[in-house]
Amino acid sequence: MRWFNNKDTLYGFLVILPSLVLLGIFVYGFIFQTFYTSLTDWGKDPAQALAANPQIRFIGFENYRELFTGLVDSRFRQDLVNTFFFTVFFILGCLGVGLGLAIVLDRSPRGEGFFRTIFLFPMSLSFIVTGTIWRWMLQPEGGVNQLPTLVGLPKGEFAWLTSREQIWQVSWNDLPFITALVVSVVLIFIAIAAFRGGERRRGYIASGSAALLLLWAFTLGRTLQPLPYDEPHGFNLAFIGIILAAVWQMSGYTMALYLAGLRGIPEELREAARVDGASEWQLYQRVIFPLLAPITLSAMIILGHISLKIFDLIFAMAGPDNAPTDVPALLMYLTTFRANQIAKGAAIGMILLLLVAAVIVPYLYSQLKSEVRR
Amino acid sequence: MIGRILQYTVLFIATLFFLLPVYLVIVTAFKEPSAITLSSTWQLPQVWYWESFAQAWTAFAPKLQNSFFLTITATILSALLGSLNGYVLAKWKFPGANIVFPLMLFGMFIPYQAVLIPLFQFVREIGLGGSLWGLILVHVVYGLPITTLIFRNYYAEIPDEMIEAGRIDGAGFFGIYSRIVFPLSVPGFVVVIIWQFTQIWNEFLFAVTLVSSPANQPITVALAQLAGGEAVKWNLPMAGALLAALPTLLVYIFLGRYFIRGLLAGSVKG
Repeated sequence: MRWFNNKDTLYGFLVILPSLVLLGIFVYGFIFQTFYTSLTDWGKDPAQALAANPQIRFIGFENYRELFTGLVDSRFRQDLVNTFFFTVFFILGCLGVGLGLAIVLDRSPRGEGFFRTIFLFPMSLSFIVTGTIWRWMLQPEGGVNQLPTLVGLPKGEFAWLTSREQIWQVSWNDLPFITALVVSVVLIFIAIAAFRGGERRRGYIASGSAALLLLWAFTLGRTLQPLPYDEPHGFNLAFIGIILAAVWQMSGYTMALYLAGLRGIPEELREAARVDGASEWQLYQRVIFPLLAPITLSAMIILGHISLKIFDLIFAMAGPDNAPTDVPALLMYLTTFRANQIAKGAAIGMILLLLVAAVIVPYLYSQLKSEVRR
Repeated sequence: MIGRILQYTVLFIATLFFLLPVYLVIVTAFKEPSAITLSSTWQLPQVWYWESFAQAWTAFAPKLQNSFFLTITATILSALLGSLNGYVLAKWKFPGANIVFPLMLFGMFIPYQAVLIPLFQFVREIGLGGSLWGLILVHVVYGLPITTLIFRNYYAEIPDEMIEAGRIDGAGFFGIYSRIVFPLSVPGFVVVIIWQFTQIWNEFLFAVTLVSSPANQPITVALAQLAGGEAVKWNLPMAGALLAALPTLLVYIFLGRYFIRGLLAGSVKG
């Protein structure tokens, strides 16, 4: 009783307890169990995979090693690259379209409510519905490719989802080096921003880490070879169609976020900038865009975690077996429930979880911290 | 002037981008199967053919029924639990509530692939494997973080003085909930119910892994199977897609304001 201020707080705790227990089991308990499964060989031997009491051996991180450096798992590595490109273009597309539409709608055109309804309605659809529709839109001989013929132009020739083309190929062996380079460039930018903002400690930490990382990249990073041979991976053009459909579905969300943000900027602020002689473009560049930056960050994180988890859209659009449009979320399903390679599926699930957690945990932390401060 | 022209040009192009797929779905669904050719994709049907909808209805009516049962049950349960949880977290902070809450929230962002294998076994072991009740349980549990979050932020707006006044009148934890908080909750319930309804109706991953028998399939799984078949004429999947989309679409059209509120609540801060 000493722990609770009074009887009512205790009741409160007892009311929420079942939910906590359920989530404890279904989220954390199951994650732990998946992690343990990923350290075993469950499913390696097909005879054991579906046995009532399968004999499972503990094999440590072998499944993870195979996924990143094993001969047979090159599909997983291509899937990671696919997710990377999908995430980048999906986020850019949603931010661009959403911001553009929000700016136009913020200037109160006639029929604003009507347009808002149209731009947001795909959000209410299932990814399965969207996928089914766009699968038909992107038939190589019909749909979008036939659109130019309506105005007398020759029909489009791009194969969309059935395309087998791959561009921007990079060897898997070069990835540690390239990743280190990209991260150090980001760190250098952070350092510059920190020095400009007068946060010298932060600046020193960021530039120091960048220097260390670069040193590592050019010494050990170059010699680190996950594979004994070059394995090229790149951007599969078949993804363009998927990105298009995903942007169609989700850009209304960024529009709603930006529109709420724009409506929150007081008119006096814009007036003041105009009085100071700012042109319309300068007004956006100097006043409005900086104010929208936190929204952009939130949107990037929410969209980023959606794109890492994307599963149903691709399942419905290209089918689960279309290798060029595969992603880890889909591969986990196929590996576990079709191929019965349960432990390897668990490892893919854990890798996905780590990717999502890397995006979400800092976000939740900062959101809730700022809330406590309020 | 140039600004105005540019503005309406952008709106026109964007409207085309968002509505062309809708146009295509409708004209395809209303064409005779023999009239659907790739080169005439965009033309209006010569004869408006209703038969596809009758066929899609016969095939999908039981699945729609499954979806309605699943969605309504899971939505109501998760909304009620979320309301109670939100009430506790907003007004009766127990020791450790500030640690528990983020841990709860994390559950709504995880990729479900990271829990799917133990979940599959668990649902089978408690005897709900392949049934709709198993799916309902799963949707209620994984719906708790978002419903709790929305209600918590909603109840935070209720002034503490009202709670205090209730206590002075002699009401306790449950009395304050039933007499003061619950009657004020209608808009909160509308937001949560619409959000959960849309999410659960549209969900696919749990449905495709946990429900094995075709008799219990929700609509999303049935549609994916129908459209995924190779030698299929497109009138049927398009009519099916319209049927599957209709309930959430109607909710959006008539209660859009609340839908957007749920949408924005999903980015954590109210």
